[in-house]
Amino acid sequence: MDEKARKKKIWALVITGFFSLVSVLTYAYNDYYIYLSAYLWFGFIYGMCLQYGRFCFASAFRDLFAVGVPRMVVGIMTATLFFAFVSSFVTATGFSTFHPSPSGIHSTIAGLIFGIGMVFAGGCASGSLYKTGEGNGVALLVVLSISVTQSSFADIGGWFNKLVPNSWHESAISKNLPAVINAGDGWLDQYLAGYVWNHPTLTFAKVLGMKNESFLGAFTGNLLIGVIVPALIMLAIVYVIWVKKSFIRDSIKDSGRAPDLKNHLTGFWRMILSSKRTSIAGLILGVACGLQMFVIEGLRIKFGVRNAGEILGRLGSDFGVSIRGTVFDPGYWYVTTQEAQWVGWVMHKLGWNNMDNIFFGYINGIPNPALNPADWMSLALIGGAAVMALLSNEFKFKKPTKELAVWAILGGFFMGIGSRLGLGCNVGAFFVRVSNGDTGGWLFGLGMIGGAFIGVKFFNWWTERRMAKEMAGLEL
Amino acid sequence: MAVKFDKKSEGVYTLDCTGYVCPHPQIYTKKMLEKINQGDILEVTFDNPSSSESIAAMCAANGNEIIEKNAEGGKYIYKIKKSA
Repeated sequence: MDEKARKKKIWALVITGFFSLVSVLTYAYNDYYIYLSAYLWFGFIYGMCLQYGRFCFASAFRDLFAVGVPRMVVGIMTATLFFAFVSSFVTATGFSTFHPSPSGIHSTIAGLIFGIGMVFAGGCASGSLYKTGEGNGVALLVVLSISVTQSSFADIGGWFNKLVPNSWHESAISKNLPAVINAGDGWLDQYLAGYVWNHPTLTFAKVLGMKNESFLGAFTGNLLIGVIVPALIMLAIVYVIWVKKSFIRDSIKDSGRAPDLKNHLTGFWRMILSSKRTSIAGLILGVACGLQMFVIEGLRIKFGVRNAGEILGRLGSDFGVSIRGTVFDPGYWYVTTQEAQWVGWVMHKLGWNNMDNIFFGYINGIPNPALNPADWMSLALIGGAAVMALLSNEFKFKKPTKELAVWAILGGFFMGIGSRLGLGCNVGAFFVRVSNGDTGGWLFGLGMIGGAFIGVKFFNWWTERRMAKEMAGLEL
Repeated sequence: MAVKFDKKSEGVYTLDCTGYVCPHPQIYTKKMLEKINQGDILEVTFDNPSSSESIAAMCAANGNEIIEKNAEGGKYIYKIKKSA
């Protein structure tokens, strides 16, 4: 083993050791910190899986439209199926931490904006985190851009209030939120309280007249109808449009004849297994996501709490907790809200009063990042990805060029806006929701597909332009 | 650093996407493969691990052959022969 590779392996141990030390020391200080550690280690697992499987939601439809590669569409559907399967058990046994979100056309519009952003940024929200762990400076810029955009967008009012329809304003005020939140001021506040909250929260189980927390509702409604059927339809469409042609070509080359339906089923299965790394990562990711819900709910029952805000209160650290005593504590994998929170905390420390809005002041709070379980989940995700990259000798510090920095900031900006409008990102608004039967998940996903299409069109134009410039003197 | 295209010798071209993230390496590779002739070789250099999967899958799907793969310390060099 050469010296560089050996040093990388030592760093992998150091990073793992650091997180282990955090867990051990905090638990030794107070039992409640196991709640933070649970989030941390699931984040670590997610980071390792994402890096190993090159798992990025952005590449799913981007690479399909841009270069005809279905690898990540398959990977995401695999992960979604496994997550949905595990969470169906978790839900049916009453241990789910999931709550569906209000959905409607706004989910699709938000997904569209987010989808454009993730193509520009070169990665989705979770993808940018794991790529930061690979040493990628562009990805770090994306994370910073998403964080700052969200945090600012959550509290922006003034001139932006003029862009709010009067019906939203009236509806927001009628919700009678605490005066300190001032729901009638601020674009996002009026969007949430005056528009989004008026939409229904639906799961496939509910639409079919079944109870979510029943085996029939969870498995037939949410898993079969909500996930398996649409996933199979999507994968069949992908096979027919993007894979069938090459399979026919290979079949004729091998056997001298075109494939029949049975052979096409083999071709379809070959598409599913075409990337072993992605399939393995999807499987572990999906199972881990389901298990996290079970573990967090178990800890809530153990400690007799419904939200980490109560735990922070018991630890005597309730700075930044919302007016209702809550902090962001989804109980499952999430990415963007905690990114907004740490920047919100920094901005608050610098003098910005940003606790007078719904996002921070009423729902999520801005606790100290060092005590925020969700922030530790993201930090450990970066760490887990770094460990995986170091162990496989793929870690490399990469400084962004000016061109890539512009793409990163722009992409992060669109992703930040899209995630607040959609109440989450590729993970929170799509992956988690779809896997738990929330109809809004597919609506956001449709938007992401549209956004990827638009983003790729733009990228093709841009790269064609660059090639023409850079290849000016080259003879082909 | 901009993306670099060069002609190494007759029928052999280089594409350097070092420093570029998704989707630049795979899009530039695809476009370059479209421009060169059948039988020509394209040597692609990149340092974005996730692009390695996309480029490999793209070549497999389009019938182009990766005749040599080199991956070390986060740097990848793929030699692709345009077969289709």
